[in-house]
Amino acid sequence: MAFAAFGSATPAKTSGPVKSGGRVALFLLLPGLAYLAAFFLTPLISLIVTSLQVPSVSGGYGTYDYALAIGNYWDVIASYYPQILRSFGFALVATVFALLISYPLAYFIGVTARRWPLLQGLMLTLVIAPFFISFLLRTFAWKQLFSNESWIVTTLQSLHVLSPDQYLVGTPFMVIFGLTYNFIPFMTLPLYTSLERLDIRLLEAGADLYATPAKIFRKITLPITMPGIISGTLLTFIPIAGDYVNASGDFLGGTGTAMIGNVVESKYLVQNNYPAASALSVLLMGAILLLVTFYVRRSGTEDLL
Amino acid sequence: MKSFSLGRFALPVYAVIAFVYLLIPIAYTFVFSFNNSLKTNLIWRGFTLDKWANVCQQQGVCEAFGNSILIGVISTVFATTLGTMIAIALVRYRFKFRSAVSLLLFLPMATPEVVLGAGLASQFFSLGAQKGIATIIIAHIMFCLSFVVVTVKARVASLDPALEEAGRDLYGSPSQVFWKITFPLLLPGIMAAALLSFALSFDDFIITNFNSGSAMTFPKYVYTAAARGIPAEANVVGSGVFLLAIAIVISIQVRSAAKAKRLRRS
Repeated sequence: MAFAAFGSATPAKTSGPVKSGGRVALFLLLPGLAYLAAFFLTPLISLIVTSLQVPSVSGGYGTYDYALAIGNYWDVIASYYPQILRSFGFALVATVFALLISYPLAYFIGVTARRWPLLQGLMLTLVIAPFFISFLLRTFAWKQLFSNESWIVTTLQSLHVLSPDQYLVGTPFMVIFGLTYNFIPFMTLPLYTSLERLDIRLLEAGADLYATPAKIFRKITLPITMPGIISGTLLTFIPIAGDYVNASGDFLGGTGTAMIGNVVESKYLVQNNYPAASALSVLLMGAILLLVTFYVRRSGTEDLL
Repeated sequence: MKSFSLGRFALPVYAVIAFVYLLIPIAYTFVFSFNNSLKTNLIWRGFTLDKWANVCQQQGVCEAFGNSILIGVISTVFATTLGTMIAIALVRYRFKFRSAVSLLLFLPMATPEVVLGAGLASQFFSLGAQKGIATIIIAHIMFCLSFVVVTVKARVASLDPALEEAGRDLYGSPSQVFWKITFPLLLPGIMAAALLSFALSFDDFIITNFNSGSAMTFPKYVYTAAARGIPAEANVVGSGVFLLAIAIVISIQVRSAAKAKRLRRS
């Protein structure tokens, strides 16, 4: 449901006569599901197998033998708990900011602008416009706009908000700023889908009963749009927790901002330490699965798609 | 949020500010595509159209761009075909293990890209597969598939089954009914899914980085160049793609708005 926001979201549920045609359904489902089994499920198993490997006895750089080294997990947790905590901390803060920025915007597009469908469509296009330009170019643009010589930084320094040797790029603030910016559309679209369906008459009824606007929002709007808030939060939190571009030293990050993704990348692609990289990925996946389970418990599997 | 109390203007003003914020880095990228820059593109050195006219003179930009287009097109064709089939089955047929199927389709969207990337890389490694364009395409089909299912499914669900029944009543064969009625009605949804899939593939960096070996794609080119400064030619490619995509989306919207107006009048 949440993800329908990315396409032509038509909430109508006028499904046709549901047939129980076993063979046709099988023919339609099998190729795609087999593909996912081969290139999504099997790789996850591969990842778990790799995470338990030990360095090869025969030596050889970047070669590993099959083993059941559960200890790999304790090792990566002991060495990288700051990065693990930072990933979830950054993801939490950036998700909250994205929600606070997106909600009024989604409300404006979905409720206030309802009378003008064309305007609504154009505003939605503006929300997804950042998707059409490379994610990396956008992030790099922020780096330039906030660079040490930029007028933003020099102004802040002359106002004594920043001390003369203090800069923005490379700080946790900048990484969170970038993460928030990059994932705002993932928050706004699901919020829009649920706000778009909000029945105005309910708000009018609340006002007729002398509820204050704050109370109307808390008692009516917020509970009704909760599904949108939950899916937007998931859609934002998950990719942020695994991101490594924003926190990378070549983009908005610095020495003290590395997240899980940065460690996985350098372990996997630079140091060829596949077991450690895989163990960290499995840990990240485990945490995300817990979140998804919570979501499924709340809304069931039918609403997933 | 409360349009009653905050006054009529607070929300529209807020929306304008939010849109400006969303568009700033895009505008920056666009403006600096006209910069008469030297090796790096950090300081404004005056306006020029050179970079637009001679994009390919910058080594590697056009090759990376071409690879990204190739990968995007092939991945989109496969992902859209497989995803559309699944979407039709999900809406129209009852079958066992339905919630397991939903979960299998949902999980790739809920898995962080590093995990997808590292997982596939481990699998290619243990299979001894050489990483390159082919492995990138395999990866892209995998993560685009679920997004296609979601997009097309919404369209199938809103399709009036009476139209297909009418086709059958007129003795249309199942394949005639599908190709003459169902498919044309689903086409807008399938096109939307294909566009989405292409956009996802074209802009993917993280999964690609794990499975590309030495093959270059446009995002990978930008990432590699970032260490020493991104050349203005990369801004040209990014801005060009942006303008094209926006033009396509807006023309689709204006067209469908005009169509809706005509329908209301008649």
